[in-house]
Amino acid sequence: MQATLYDKLWRSHVVRQATDEPDGMALIYIDRHLVHEVTSPQAFEGLKLAGRKPRRLDSILAVADHNVPTTGRGGGIADPVSRLQVETLDRNCDELGITEFRMDDRRQGIVHVIGPEQGATLPGMTVVCGDSHTSTHGAFACLAFGIGTSEVEHVLATQCLLIKKSKSMQIRIEGGLARGVTAKDIALAVIGRIGTAGGTGHAIEFAGSAVRALSMEGRMTLCNMAIEAGARAGMVAVDDTTLEYLRERPFAPRGALWEQAAAYWRTLGSDPEAVFDRTIVLDAARIEPQVTWGTSPEMVASIDGRVPDPSQIADATRRHDMEHALEYMGLAPNMPITEIRPDKVFIGSCTNSRIEDLRAAADVVRGRHIAGSIRLAMVVPGSGLVKRQAEQEGLDQVFRAAGFEWREPGCSMCLAMNDDRLLPGERCASTSNRNFEGRQGPGGRTHLVSPAMAAAAAVTGHFVDVRKMD
Amino acid sequence: MAPLDRANVDTDAIIPKQFLKSIRRSGFGPNLFDEWRYLDHGEPGMDPAQRTPNPEFVLNLPRYRGAEILLARANFGCGSSREHAPWALQDYGFRVVIAPSFADIFFNNCFKIGLLPIVLPEDAVERLFREVLAEGAEGYRLHVDLARQSVETPAGMAFSFEIDPYRKHSLWNGLDEIGLTLQHADEIAAFEARHRAAQPWLFSGQAAQAPGSRQASSDIPSTR
Ligand code: SF4
Repeated sequence: MQATLYDKLWRSHVVRQATDEPDGMALIYIDRHLVHEVTSPQAFEGLKLAGRKPRRLDSILAVADHNVPTTGRGGGIADPVSRLQVETLDRNCDELGITEFRMDDRRQGIVHVIGPEQGATLPGMTVVCGDSHTSTHGAFACLAFGIGTSEVEHVLATQCLLIKKSKSMQIRIEGGLARGVTAKDIALAVIGRIGTAGGTGHAIEFAGSAVRALSMEGRMTLCNMAIEAGARAGMVAVDDTTLEYLRERPFAPRGALWEQAAAYWRTLGSDPEAVFDRTIVLDAARIEPQVTWGTSPEMVASIDGRVPDPSQIADATRRHDMEHALEYMGLAPNMPITEIRPDKVFIGSCTNSRIEDLRAAADVVRGRHIAGSIRLAMVVPGSGLVKRQAEQEGLDQVFRAAGFEWREPGCSMCLAMNDDRLLPGERCASTSNRNFEGRQGPGGRTHLVSPAMAAAAAVTGHFVDVRKMD
Repeated sequence: MAPLDRANVDTDAIIPKQFLKSIRRSGFGPNLFDEWRYLDHGEPGMDPAQRTPNPEFVLNLPRYRGAEILLARANFGCGSSREHAPWALQDYGFRVVIAPSFADIFFNNCFKIGLLPIVLPEDAVERLFREVLAEGAEGYRLHVDLARQSVETPAGMAFSFEIDPYRKHSLWNGLDEIGLTLQHADEIAAFEARHRAAQPWLFSGQAAQAPGSRQASSDIPSTR
């Protein structure tokens, strides 16, 4: 039988079926468990109350990322509530012997950046984390998905999870991307096409020549946003790009074990005749730089487009949602996207904070300065190691010279759990993944874009087609 | 039953992130839908009694007070994996959420804590919205029967819903899922042994190669 990549990953992890139904719940073995401070305290507490211990300490890697400050780390965390949460993680990891990259560790960073960076994410694995953007790791042909806190506790105690198999969806992006168009634009274009619930109940495999041409960074950006299309998991088959990225990473196998692993990993793709429950094909050449105008990632337009007009929408619920979004966003129908003027610019998050993202933004910024109307432009690298590499390449100097702030790694203004946040009514060009109401601060208005597009907005003061800048 | 007439209600709206800093599992009810429910901005530790409720928000209307069922639109619970969202709904007093569709992680999380998410067809949900919002429908009550997998309106109209038999069984019996899984410890161990033989690199002491110390000998090869 011809199998999809998802089938292969699923089958190789079924411990037992929970019911007699073939597609009912199954107990699935978990290889890698990533942990952060926000969704784990109640799980650790539950474990302790039940007198249980983590089953496989070597499967766990923990890091504090959501609450950590991006400036003045020497002074610790000022907000006592945030501090308690981070300290609780530190204490739990200490007590149980869990590997943790603490705030002062130079390997600290956003959980979805450090997993792959360390080679803790490997092809063929099941990877879970109490975080929806765990889908990011699927870029390495692993089955990676976000779980809730009860499931975090379940994985800690049993190394397994009870889940139901999803349907499969293939999204094929064929052809070449135009210069200046990135994985982020593919992701937003896909969501614009299928909607934020388009992938619900499905595991998405991204395929096609445009995906094969992406770097691992780009594939991670794409899989990161699978959850924004409603799919718990996104994935990409293994190829040379995958193996090249992983070679020599600290957690990756070496020597003979590497050879053995790599031979297996090369089998991790869908068979040529595999059947998907749904297939969608996009022409890469037709994807343009994308900008969201609303309060859901599906509310997105091309840079040369306009804010839509609710009066043209027949469906009452959709019209109502659109009116509500435009009111929240402070935008008028039919306004050209290029006339939207952000107040702040945020380059960061697990979607777009890797070295390639910072390089793309720096390329646009180099030799320019942020526009006078921009109140704050900041770059928050995804990890301490990304930060260091960027500094070795002089990117920090490029950003600083242009008027950007260069910060310490963490989630930062992606969700504003630390001090980095928008003020009510402020508008932000952001490379993150969610433009929900209040996401970047109460009353804040988020426009999701690629790093290059965020950089272009920073230096011109409004959204602009990065392809037209030289 | 209380009607929340918006599609794509995300988990940030259900429980805003500032409340996620809690290390406890309860107490989220007063901050359910915080940004819609109050006119002032909420932060952890504030006394709900001292805040200004938004008189227009549906849960603040007297007619929906004490509701145990939330009626919602498509793709309810999209966004983050935070279990704090079902915790907040449950802590507020909801026992059931009905919608035409739910986001996967949210849907799954509900079962883990005994909150029942029910998927009904779009037209059935539409009908329920019409009925509960109708003039004079104060105190509109639905009867939810888990055993028979049906939702019945006051007028006696019944809609059936699907639920995975395993989930139904667990909800019904309030089972400790971890305890149940641990009953299969032998099977897990046997699987682990096979898995280790097939993919030994998954067990090759990763933690030893990258210790939690502050001075890792090697960091990463730099990316091209
Ligand atoms: S960067 Fe944003 S989306 Fe990613 S893990 Fe952090 S908060 Fe979540």
